[in-house]
Amino acid sequence: MSEHDVTLTVNGRRRRARVPARLTLVDFLREHLRLTGTHAGCEHGVCGACSVLLDGRPVRSCLIFAVQAQGAEITTVEGLAPEPGALSVLQDSFCEAHGLQCGFCTPGMLIAAEALLRTTLSPSEAEIRDAIGGNLCRCTGYKQIVDAVRLAAERLRGSNLAGAGHD
Amino acid sequence: MTEPAFRYIGRKRRPKEDRRFVAGAGRFVADLALPDMLHVALVASPYPAARIRAIDTGAALALPGVRAVLTGEDLAQATDALLSGLDIPKVRRFPLAVGRARYVGEWVAAVVAETRAIAEDAAELVDVDYEPLPFVIDPEAALLPDAPLVHPEHGSNLLYRRTFTWGAVAQDFAAAEHSLSFRARWHRSATVPIETFGVIASWDAQARLLDVWASIQMPKYPDQLARALRLPGNAVRVHFDVDVGGAYGVKRGIKHSVLAGYLACKLGAPVRLIEDRLENMRGGDAHGPDRIFDVAVAFTGEGVVRSLRLRALDDAGAYAGRAPLQLGKPVGAIVGPYRIASVEYEAISVTTNKTVQEAVRGFGQSPTNFALETMMDRVACALGIDRVELRRRNLIARDEFPYTIPSGSTYDSGDYHAVLAKALDAVGYDALVARRAAARAAGKLAGIGIACCLEPSGGNSAFEPLFNPKNETTTWMESCSVKVDLSGTITAAMATSSSGQGHETLVATVIGEVLERDPETIRVVHSDSLAALPSNSAVGSRMAIMLGGAAAGAARALKATLLAIAAHNLGADTAVLDWREGGVRLSADPSRALSWEALVEIAHRKFHLLPPGMAPGLQAMHVWEVPTGGGLPSADGRIQMYPCYAFEAHVVYAELDRDTGQVALGTYVIGHDCGTMINPDIVHGMTYGGAAHGIGAALYERFRYDANGQLVSGSFMDYLIPSAHEVPNITIVDHYTPSPLTAFGQKGSGEAGYLGAPAALASAVNDALATLGLGVAELPMSASALGELLAATARPEEKAP
Repeated sequence: MSEHDVTLTVNGRRRRARVPARLTLVDFLREHLRLTGTHAGCEHGVCGACSVLLDGRPVRSCLIFAVQAQGAEITTVEGLAPEPGALSVLQDSFCEAHGLQCGFCTPGMLIAAEALLRTTLSPSEAEIRDAIGGNLCRCTGYKQIVDAVRLAAERLRGSNLAGAGHD
Repeated sequence: MTEPAFRYIGRKRRPKEDRRFVAGAGRFVADLALPDMLHVALVASPYPAARIRAIDTGAALALPGVRAVLTGEDLAQATDALLSGLDIPKVRRFPLAVGRARYVGEWVAAVVAETRAIAEDAAELVDVDYEPLPFVIDPEAALLPDAPLVHPEHGSNLLYRRTFTWGAVAQDFAAAEHSLSFRARWHRSATVPIETFGVIASWDAQARLLDVWASIQMPKYPDQLARALRLPGNAVRVHFDVDVGGAYGVKRGIKHSVLAGYLACKLGAPVRLIEDRLENMRGGDAHGPDRIFDVAVAFTGEGVVRSLRLRALDDAGAYAGRAPLQLGKPVGAIVGPYRIASVEYEAISVTTNKTVQEAVRGFGQSPTNFALETMMDRVACALGIDRVELRRRNLIARDEFPYTIPSGSTYDSGDYHAVLAKALDAVGYDALVARRAAARAAGKLAGIGIACCLEPSGGNSAFEPLFNPKNETTTWMESCSVKVDLSGTITAAMATSSSGQGHETLVATVIGEVLERDPETIRVVHSDSLAALPSNSAVGSRMAIMLGGAAAGAARALKATLLAIAAHNLGADTAVLDWREGGVRLSADPSRALSWEALVEIAHRKFHLLPPGMAPGLQAMHVWEVPTGGGLPSADGRIQMYPCYAFEAHVVYAELDRDTGQVALGTYVIGHDCGTMINPDIVHGMTYGGAAHGIGAALYERFRYDANGQLVSGSFMDYLIPSAHEVPNITIVDHYTPSPLTAFGQKGSGEAGYLGAPAALASAVNDALATLGLGVAELPMSASALGELLAATARPEEKAP
């Protein structure tokens, strides 16, 4: 099994590693960097639990190899909060609306919603459902997740600081 | 009924658990890493039935990094068979197939290696010599005299059969003006959590202690694990502080855990087994009910249902764990919310060469509710009575509670008419009927679904003695301990893991309510199994009732202790004292008081100020038996199954696409009454989620087998879980009828939504199909199934030339 050097930025921190070619990005994040907030749900690109932002766009980290992320900027759920121990407006809104239950799909949902809110702070319900439409949740029936994203958008609009709490 | 005023219960409060999850700081089993941990990959049978002639492990063992390859023969020597819910000693089940594989995906060997990738590479090198054998996939075919036997030693594919007769069924049918019969089919689906099952086991040879971390939701898991591994109960320590990524019944990886536990002991290193998705869906033994109902119903010309004959044939798959008992739980609500005087119930469990069935949300109640509600729709249709009106004529009335049904369970409380009325009001039923008429006039296939369903709650295990007289289980207790430390803060310990139900919030809210302390300041921990009190885990919609009741009991005991300390120090009887936010004062003279802090100080430091005979410190525990529990079934199988009964009324609008067979859901309202809600956001969330799960079971989800016995829906590409696009914006309308049996009037709600949605969707689709003279009584009503039905009956002018 061939090994390769990879350099990438994860949550603002530059990381270098030598990894097997077949190592997926999700396994790299979880097993090598111990960033276990990103979850592996299906490992075939359907459930979305492993979503991360790659250069600002949501991707399935189970469907790309770590070496393919060479030079990329990755944001995982651990990178959403403005500082350790704090929560972003989006994360706080998920708590307020109880937009989760078991918490397993939650990091992927947050990543999908974060990507949406980076493009619009006035999403319609249809836009929210589209944004999270590639992320499966078995607990919530999505209602309180949609509520949470809408609440976060409202708060971010009201703050006059679009992107507050975002990197 | 007006809801009583609580300080914390029933109010909007953020669940305590949410914060760690949104931060990505949950602690799921796959997030744990132990030093020198080894990884397991499984070798799975490609045949539905085959004799295992030989297993050549040489090539796998030769691969660098591989530490062991284990076969079923070896494992069966060293462990005891897994427990069955039935008395069927010849149907033996081990984590790995022994001598014979009985379904596609069954684990035949386990490979242990330094990384999961190496283990998977090596699994492909294990050479198994199979001799394919005849197999059976269809549950009815399995009962034919010449059917291949799944377990030849057992002598039959029949695992369980009993006909219960409660009341004068024959006379009621003979006397009734009308009767009808039909067949309904609930195909195999499951809960399929987004997190697969996983376990880590680590053996300390010096301490002779097996530590286990698992994604588990299973009653008596530590005990079953210890027994199978032939270890003393106190040599297994299960860590319940592992977050479980969804369960809804199925997270019962006992075979995974016995396997990992055995390997950890044998290899002297921590062993991790995390299912991948295919293993989860094919070999994880987590499929749900697979049921054929034959229903006959006797009724009057006014639509009053008099009697019911229900035959349920369920396909347990290749082995029988607890799954066949899912035919037993519905006995406790066998007439649904209706006044039906007599019932005959034939419960049949068969084994076939399919993946093993496990408990699924509702434990057999949702399929049964689907059969019952299909029956009510058919009676309405037969008599030309409006479906809502028909239900009104049969629903148990508010003043009839407590109401005992023919099978022996007493429904605690309810107001079904009011909940149905609320749901109809909220949906704007007349307007919805007009909308359906307009849609139909425009050529659309439109329908309205109605379902009235019960959620038996407070999870007891009375179906165990009902289905196996050798099993005399009559308690299904739950426990909680609470202590106040020297600083005055409160810590409570629960004795099981959680999978999204918000138990920490539940316990903190209940204790906060009793002691009038802010739940935000109360910490709730999940004990390990050696430190824990007895628990039967979060099954059967029981935790609001049972853990809530245990927490309330422990908090009340603490309060009594503090009041006694106060009485002793204030020189007054407790009867003349007032409790105010944890402090105590004389009712007649509030200036004479002791604060919470002062009382805590006395308990922890000032033995000389304690009442004589009182132990120092501030701690209490409460172990609570299920209310109404404790009894064995009568000879004719009457038993109080669960204590509390929540009710839900679904009203849903649906349109079918004539060309594709796809069902699009519109307005959806659920009227719901689960008594007092401890945390409304949590209850509502589970209800929305349960409905979404029910939408999946009704329209999309099916573990489908082909003629070769191969599972053809083993991924999320072909086993379709509803996304945010398929689940509509559901409106929940709450109603409040307290249970007289529980600490605060609460009932269970963990299965809400799921127990009614399949029935409601079947009702809606059939309402739409009825305009073409068609009907369907088979779930899931997939687009392909409905499309074929519509195509086969397309009007001649629509058929292609």
